[in-house]
Amino acid sequence: MNGPFDFTLALGDDALIAAQRLAEWTTRAPEMEEDIALANIALDQLGAARLLLTYAGELEGAGRDEDALAFLRDDREFRNCLLVELPNGDFAVTMAKLLFLAAYQLPLYTALAGCADERLAAIGAKARKESAYHLDHSSLWVKRLGDGTEESHRRMQAAVDQVWPYTAELFAPAPDAPVDPATLRGQFDATVAAVLGEATLTRPETGWAPAGGRDGVHTEHLSYLLAEMQVLHRAHPGARW
Amino acid sequence: MYGNDFSAEDAPGGGLLGEVEAAEAALRAAAERGRRGGPAPDEDLAAYFAAVVDADQKIEPRDWMPEAYRKTLIRQIAQHAHSEIIGMQPEGNWISRAPSLKRKAILLAKVQDEAGHGLYLYAAAETLGVSREELVDLLLSGRQKYSSIFNYPTLTWADVGAIGWLVDGAAIVNQVPLCRCSYGPYARAMIRVCKEESFHQRQGYEILHTLAHGTPAQKAMAQDAVDRWWYPSLAMFGPPDTDSTHSAQSMAWKIKRFSNDELRQRFVDMCVQQAEVLGLTIPDPDLRWNDERQSYDFTQPDYAELMRVISGDGPCNRQRMAHRRAAHSEGAWVREAAAAYAAKRAQQQKEKVAA
Repeated sequence: MNGPFDFTLALGDDALIAAQRLAEWTTRAPEMEEDIALANIALDQLGAARLLLTYAGELEGAGRDEDALAFLRDDREFRNCLLVELPNGDFAVTMAKLLFLAAYQLPLYTALAGCADERLAAIGAKARKESAYHLDHSSLWVKRLGDGTEESHRRMQAAVDQVWPYTAELFAPAPDAPVDPATLRGQFDATVAAVLGEATLTRPETGWAPAGGRDGVHTEHLSYLLAEMQVLHRAHPGARW
Repeated sequence: MYGNDFSAEDAPGGGLLGEVEAAEAALRAAAERGRRGGPAPDEDLAAYFAAVVDADQKIEPRDWMPEAYRKTLIRQIAQHAHSEIIGMQPEGNWISRAPSLKRKAILLAKVQDEAGHGLYLYAAAETLGVSREELVDLLLSGRQKYSSIFNYPTLTWADVGAIGWLVDGAAIVNQVPLCRCSYGPYARAMIRVCKEESFHQRQGYEILHTLAHGTPAQKAMAQDAVDRWWYPSLAMFGPPDTDSTHSAQSMAWKIKRFSNDELRQRFVDMCVQQAEVLGLTIPDPDLRWNDERQSYDFTQPDYAELMRVISGDGPCNRQRMAHRRAAHSEGAWVREAAAAYAAKRAQQQKEKVAA
């Protein structure tokens, strides 16, 4: 992940795949209010994805628009982190994923808002406000579940244990990118430590750090997600919708 | 989306939205006129209630009301709320496969609006002295119904368009008169809901319009969807007036303002021109203008089928209920955790205050 195209594409793919996963909760959330909140966050991610993919297409200069990038690439061409493509699991897994994603996206978009590229800066300025809400929402749920009942504590800890290893990939150094993700690690760690502490949860000790998403080497899950997302668009080549 | 009542015009949403705005203005005017003072100490409460309704003023939660009026409203508002919540499923079915990112965003926002309508309506029902938990329980146990239309499947993307155009269209025709309902909280809720629904209807119409002017396969998909959704949409207005049980009393209470058949006719008259613009065919060989009635003659939906679906034997009744029950039961541990966490916080707060 180096040039502005790769960087923008990776961020756009993160947001798109996160949106697709979050939208799967629609009609299935534990409370009606939460159905609305998750749809809201999915819409935010989708909105950011559209801006980023559109801009990525312009940077590439090959005539691909947001839909060409979203619907006509195969999984080996997607550049999202593995974290976002993991299945939703139970509500605790979804909240662990969202907490880590938001704790990464907030400092990322904030840094982006001050970068030299005006388009990326504008996208960052818009998206960081949304990320702040995502972080707030997921933090609150992680605390409720971590410090709720015995069962919710057990599930929330299991979710953190399961998802945590996938956070390493987010901070792989990219010194030439508009924002070097490695510089975001400190803020991420501080945010997450505070939330987990209050939630009476612990960070797992593990050296396992699955990665590959930025190079297009994904988990087995992504191909299924794309098969569903792309099926209709691909069934009607060239059609307008 | 729910219903049994109405008014409409040709432009998708346009005439209907005008009706909603007129109702909103009337509501404001009624509030400004002010109601006569409360009932005199020796006045008959029933007479006072009747006087408020007759004067087109609003009954509010604090007012005395006949028990049957309260029950009818609870049933109607709750069924409407349930319909919004169950109605999220058929359209939610296409969020993951929406054919463009723009359509995905619009559909996701629409389904989210429906959840919002559901919550808003449950809150309106709660003003009548029933809790949301009780109402959800009535839905999950099958003792209260939701609109039968949602027991049909969404088989193709065009169904999302057809639901917007026909189902939301029928819902608005049903609901616009409810903006003038005698019960204040319901009337106000319906004004907000109708505004959003008319927006949804336009979106559905636009989906169909794009498909109908797209590739031959897209046009065929659009026609197939209209073929499947037309008669179930007509059935949304309920049984014919000759068989409708609740109508007369509801009319007198100004909970209902037009009969099922009047509303159905308005809906048909509204759709014919729209279908022409779409370039799609309404699947009724006997549809034709009747100069004498200044309305279209049309084939009635199969009411025996409507009754079968209402009684539980539609294509998706079991699926919709199982899905709702699963979401509710799988979320139980989350709701329990939230309650436990809130109780702990409250306890800590109390200890802090005591210290």
